[in-house]
Amino acid sequence: MSNPVVAQQHAADQLHPILGRLGWDSLPLHEPILVATFIAVALGGALMLGLITKFRLWGHLWRDWITSIDHKKIGIMYIILGVVMLLRGFADALMMRAHQAMAFGDSAGFLPPHHYDQVFTAHGVIMIFFVAMPFVTGFMNYVVPLQIGARDVAFPFLNNFSFWMTAGGAILVMLSLFVGEFAKTGWLAYPPMSGLLASPDVGVDYYVWALQIAGVGTTLSGINLIATIIKMRAPGMTMMKMPVFTWTSLCTNVLIVATFPILAATLALLTADRYLGTNFFTNDLGGNAMLYVNLIWIWGHPEVYILVLPVFGIFSEVVSTFSRKKLFGYASMVYATVVITILSYLVWLHHFFTMGSGASVNSFFGITTMIISIPTGAKIFNWLFTMYRGRIKFEVPMLWTVGFMVTFTIGGMTGVLLAVPAADFVLHNSLFLIAHFHNVIIGGVVFGAFAGINYWFPKAFGFRLDAFWGKVSFWCWFIGFWVAFTPLYVLGLMGITRRVSHFDDPSLQIWFVIAAIGAGIVALGIGAFLIQIAVSILRRKELADTTGDVWGGRTLEWSTSSPPPDYNFAFTPIAHELDAWHDMKQRGAERPKTGFVAIHMPRNTGAGFIIGMLATAMGFALIWHMWLIAGLSFAATVISAIVHTFNYDRDYHIPADAVTRTEDERTHALGAAA
Amino acid sequence: MTATVATHVNGAPVYYDHSGEHHPQPSTMLGFWLYLMSDCLLFAVLFAVYAVLGRNYAAGPSGADLFDLPLVAINTALLLFSSITYGFAMIAMQARKKGALLAWLAITGLFGLGFLGIELFEFHHLIHEGAGPQRSAFLSSFFTLVGTHGLHVTFGSIWLITLMVQVQKLGLTPANRRRLMCLSMFWHFLDVVWIGVFTFVYLMGSM
Repeated sequence: MSNPVVAQQHAADQLHPILGRLGWDSLPLHEPILVATFIAVALGGALMLGLITKFRLWGHLWRDWITSIDHKKIGIMYIILGVVMLLRGFADALMMRAHQAMAFGDSAGFLPPHHYDQVFTAHGVIMIFFVAMPFVTGFMNYVVPLQIGARDVAFPFLNNFSFWMTAGGAILVMLSLFVGEFAKTGWLAYPPMSGLLASPDVGVDYYVWALQIAGVGTTLSGINLIATIIKMRAPGMTMMKMPVFTWTSLCTNVLIVATFPILAATLALLTADRYLGTNFFTNDLGGNAMLYVNLIWIWGHPEVYILVLPVFGIFSEVVSTFSRKKLFGYASMVYATVVITILSYLVWLHHFFTMGSGASVNSFFGITTMIISIPTGAKIFNWLFTMYRGRIKFEVPMLWTVGFMVTFTIGGMTGVLLAVPAADFVLHNSLFLIAHFHNVIIGGVVFGAFAGINYWFPKAFGFRLDAFWGKVSFWCWFIGFWVAFTPLYVLGLMGITRRVSHFDDPSLQIWFVIAAIGAGIVALGIGAFLIQIAVSILRRKELADTTGDVWGGRTLEWSTSSPPPDYNFAFTPIAHELDAWHDMKQRGAERPKTGFVAIHMPRNTGAGFIIGMLATAMGFALIWHMWLIAGLSFAATVISAIVHTFNYDRDYHIPADAVTRTEDERTHALGAAA
Repeated sequence: MTATVATHVNGAPVYYDHSGEHHPQPSTMLGFWLYLMSDCLLFAVLFAVYAVLGRNYAAGPSGADLFDLPLVAINTALLLFSSITYGFAMIAMQARKKGALLAWLAITGLFGLGFLGIELFEFHHLIHEGAGPQRSAFLSSFFTLVGTHGLHVTFGSIWLITLMVQVQKLGLTPANRRRLMCLSMFWHFLDVVWIGVFTFVYLMGSM
């Protein structure tokens, strides 16, 4: 039998008993780019650890952040994770753009093919799983409990654990840069390419274990937020009085719970093929590789709506706030979101019309795909009509929103083109497709994340972000995006395919050069964003907001202080209308200033961090076939989870006088502001 | 959302719940249901994979060649009885009879272990005959579907033992009763999945 596992079992005799297949040759010491990156990261990391030690911040970090079960802190940590990983993912993008602009004819560019393949795989995986997902999960974590008038999520410990599982996945992906290598298969790791025969190295193993560990976190966080939204809304807040962002979060989390188990199962089957020698997706003994492709897209297509629905919610909040009007067509917005949620499950096959499933099947999936553009279009019109006759303030979040509406609409239209099966046979896997999905993901999710960061930053930290650098960042991103991706549309229509590291036809080069310039402009946009953060921190006194309602918001998160106290609301607000806080302001609802009582809160715990890191260690050991360590860390993971269940002391009360002190400070600050 | 909070006093709207403590509805049961549904999807994938690959014998043995239906019938009976005994455990819990509860849980656990023992014996036998998960896509999907269910029963048993210790130590506190309810749902859920496995894999596979 040509079973590669048998061959591997022979190799197993040479496995180091503890280190498995990890050895000095696993370190990419012959790759100057990686060595330089490693040195830079090591120096930066050492500097950071040194500073934390010097300023004695370890205790603070551990007590107030790592072990925190406060949904606000967890939300902020998700966003920080997203920003850090954005830098890594974007570095990959810059390398690809620079390489493709050079690698023509006699020039081989600067990335060897095996390295280039890892770069485009890592770019996709990181941008979707460790940038976009942490951004949307972070926003949902931070904002949803505040918008529904709750004090935390339904399962605060689980929330902390979910974050550390996500972070554990990110750690594994980052480790693959310096220890071993990453997958060379593309971001969805199609077999047989990702099978043991074609990819015997650790790359795909890093991929499956990183996603598996992060996926557990995502699924649990989805369950958590659904339970939160269903069970913990403020009195009076019926479903149709929920803020739109909460609605889109609910639909997104339903999609998460309905699809991430499919990803987990699919990756587990690929893992079984690689580790146990099963034949699910192999070419021989009855395996079927297209089964993997179907399953992964049954997860993968809803995934793009998981990413984009919450940012639709962000844009809805932003448009309504900065147009000083209630959102046009709230009910239609909710129904559109629900329809998209359902339809997103019925379109997966459009990712591989070329599989050859026949005209009827392709027509079905082509038509369902086109139908999704109807509720999406309804949303665009709702935002336009909200702006119509509004008193629009072009603050930074609003700029991102308008930029989104233009960019996303065009990206949506190229999507409808691709939904035509006959056209897709020409455009499948072309750079036209690449341009299309970057058009909707950058134009949608990334613009939405920046709109959200600019919009809710004052809520989280008590001061606004600097508007000048925010505008610089927006215009660089907006212009850079179009300069970078219009050439890819053109190249795609010429028939150029994705994932190619070298071309011979010199007439194509100019388009890649233009695209590289565009990527450079986007880099300036990211730089401007980092400067914006730094400048805002330096100018935090001038930019401070003491009212807690910096933009004249309409939903409950703006009714409390900025940053909100640990308990969010001293007294639970009662909602009477949609836009509950706007209603309270209109009718002159008085903020209570006395009579505070003790507040029941969940207690911090280190269990989530410990279990998450043990699971990550287990993943690392499994990747390197360190069976002993894998077994030990698995046992440790299970045992620490069991030990955690013996901890029944999970909550405490914030005493009434502490609440009174906090609220008196706020009364004072509000008086000073007025 | 609490139903008891007054949203209006004398016809005028009230904007804050001054009654003090905020008591959101307990969400554990809903959360656990959601978890079970996510787990159900995981099994749905494995069933779908079995439906697609289940006849890909690769010139190897088929279900009709391999399955020992009387043995599987015994196994099914063990699992179904364990669900009934868990039901008795819950009745004992409602009646606040700690001793009876622990006894029924122990019997449930023994049934579970018996089920696992027979399953392991079956797997061992198949692998010994050369019909291991590597032999064909049919056997890969068979072992994975049945084995994933078995892994769930294993974790359910570990959970059961943990809960028995906790009930023994701390008694029938609200937290422990909530946990017993969750495990109850988990255990019955595994039964339902097994009925699917027994029907679609063993009975239909033996035809």
